[in-house]
Amino acid sequence: MSARRPYMRPMDGWWRRNPFFIRYMIREATAVLVVAYATVLLFGVIRLAQGESAYDAWLASLRSPWSVAFHIVLLANFVYHTWSWFQVMPKTMPIIVMRGKRLQPAVITAAGLLAAAVASAGLLLLTLGIGS
Amino acid sequence: MRRSNAPIFWSLFGAGGVLAALIGPMLVFITGIAVPLGLVLPRDLMSYPRMLMFAQHWAGKMFLFAVIALFLWHGMHRIFHNLHDFGIKTGTGAKLVCYGLALLGTAVSAYALLALGF
Repeated sequence: MSARRPYMRPMDGWWRRNPFFIRYMIREATAVLVVAYATVLLFGVIRLAQGESAYDAWLASLRSPWSVAFHIVLLANFVYHTWSWFQVMPKTMPIIVMRGKRLQPAVITAAGLLAAAVASAGLLLLTLGIGS
Repeated sequence: MRRSNAPIFWSLFGAGGVLAALIGPMLVFITGIAVPLGLVLPRDLMSYPRMLMFAQHWAGKMFLFAVIALFLWHGMHRIFHNLHDFGIKTGTGAKLVCYGLALLGTAVSAYALLALGF
């Protein structure tokens, strides 16, 4: 056993020192609530398979104020996910060259957000169609 | 050289991320806010007979499976790769737990959806 104790720079709260890293950590942390929402839906499917009374209990739990409050937090989380996903997309996708010029990051982000808006509107209209 | 299995997990992460980015907010609004409160959408939209019909249709089944499984793989992959950033030691064990949970959720959702019949 060596007695050497080399200095190690403390890394506690490293990401709080720079706004860029704060945004990075918030973006990455959205994954926790994405998993939480998938779990809510997973339980819904399990309850559905268990029969009507089990499913109705799950549905009733969704109506509790705690659940609605939680889903408002989830909504904010998912909106941030959408926003950050398309902010990062220009860096994660292959470079697109159009008419000899590189497609600008802002164009890619805007196209992604537009696609999300169209898909969301489509989903709501489809749901309204089923509902009526 | 042995092929890396990373592309599989990365693809699932990417697919889940895109799906969540495109319809995640609206899905949360519909299932967690609008329907429970009867806001914009009718409260009985997710009633047992309706959801049973939805989940028994092949398209509804595929949709539910895709959303649950891909969201899980997306989230668990991201959590696994950020454990280090949060000061948690990672390794094979952490990888097994993270991807294992995603796999478990995928298997359970597949089982429940198949048990619902067609």
